[in-house]
Amino acid sequence: LTGAPSSLSTDQPPNSFEEITNYNNFYEFGTAKEDPARHAANMTTDPWSVEIGGLVERPGSYGVEDIAPENALEERIYRLRCVEAWSMVIPWIGVPLASVLQKAGVQPGAKYVAFETLYRPDEMRGQRYPILDWPYREGLRLDEAMHPLTILATGLYSDPLPNQNGAPIRLVVPWKYGFKSIKSVVKITLTDNQPVCTWQKMQPSEYGFFANVNPEVDHPRWSQATERRIGAGLFGGRQETVRFNGYGDQVASLYAGMDLAKNY
Amino acid sequence: MVRWLNDRLRRLPVWAVWLGGLIPLALLVWDTFTGGLGIDPVRDIEFRLGRTALYFLIASLGVTPLLRLSRISLMRFRRALGLLCFTYAVLHVLAWLSMDMGFLWAQMAKDIVKRPYLLFGMTAFLLLLPLALSSNNLSLRRMGAQAWRRLHRLVYLAAPLVALHWIWSLKTFPVEPLLWLAVILALLALRLAVPRPLRRGGLRGSGKEMA
Repeated sequence: LTGAPSSLSTDQPPNSFEEITNYNNFYEFGTAKEDPARHAANMTTDPWSVEIGGLVERPGSYGVEDIAPENALEERIYRLRCVEAWSMVIPWIGVPLASVLQKAGVQPGAKYVAFETLYRPDEMRGQRYPILDWPYREGLRLDEAMHPLTILATGLYSDPLPNQNGAPIRLVVPWKYGFKSIKSVVKITLTDNQPVCTWQKMQPSEYGFFANVNPEVDHPRWSQATERRIGAGLFGGRQETVRFNGYGDQVASLYAGMDLAKNY
Repeated sequence: MVRWLNDRLRRLPVWAVWLGGLIPLALLVWDTFTGGLGIDPVRDIEFRLGRTALYFLIASLGVTPLLRLSRISLMRFRRALGLLCFTYAVLHVLAWLSMDMGFLWAQMAKDIVKRPYLLFGMTAFLLLLPLALSSNNLSLRRMGAQAWRRLHRLVYLAAPLVALHWIWSLKTFPVEPLLWLAVILALLALRLAVPRPLRRGGLRGSGKEMA
């Protein structure tokens, strides 16, 4: 796969393919960072279709090629900040989510976008245990979903997205904690009320709907002030976490007038 | 059978336990220098040290119930087991403050009072510190057996805190740390359920070391 370079990419050096594909949170395959690389090969990603529905003009079942045709692919090198206070830099290949939503035709009443991950316990062994309320669900406000930084990724470096990274198609929202960037998406629903998000529902005091990267709002059980860059070595130390993961110039206006300590 | 085993154990030198107890550390050092750790070696070093400390803590807690239930005596090795636990705990804390936190003292201080998992872990570590410092014959003599034994009851508090430290550091409730908490609580409960024999004569020679 190749994607056209984008001015939205960071110039920070990306993590290696090995790092990005062997250190994953994808609880559908287990809670250890190594579990997804070990067990995700069992997931069937072809055929695949994404059900786009709700408040759209053209609801239906879309194939990955319809959503992200090869001639529309872009390369987006983004920082990823996990809620666990580690970070990476990842070269994604994908298309703006806005282009997909426009294809489906957003109805005027739509205010939010809800996403759902594949639920297939016989191929996803983590789903056989009630670690989370399966299937995994996430959501964005419509303006967040339409923002040019928000993409649906289908590739990593020049490869099709590996299973452990959310094949064949996943969301990437680089100014939010990683758990918002839902993997292996099978359902996109436009709604007029705030969708249910798995982590928020499970522990609302710890995970908010917005989940914007914010060093001033700590997770109740650990600090978000600093982060450890994966691949920095044994004594690489920590770096300061930046508001909106450093994408504040592009996205801060989305939250003008909102108290981000309350709307975390 | 028990007598045969105890005879064997009596002949096992304490340094052999130390040697065996340092194997996990040797493996960790080996893995660190040969690239045998995962993508995030800092986290793996921290986890493995912490885990090993917990295992030795549980082993040292198991000595008394084992003796009371089966008459198998590992009493001679309990000090080594406790000190091995503390050795790994010290290395665990050192790894945290150097590799993980990068010596950000201000953030560490703030975090310890604010974050339950750090508060649990650090409290447990501070509770184990006087036990390690007084784990020599001189301290035992100076303090007297009664006071020494009372001090070392702090381990009953430290052990569950270590398990809580692990549980609270995770995002969900995986089974493993909960299992270890159950083991710790069971070992503590056994001390109450199977009381110390009143007659010392029943365990000739080892009565003095009972605690």
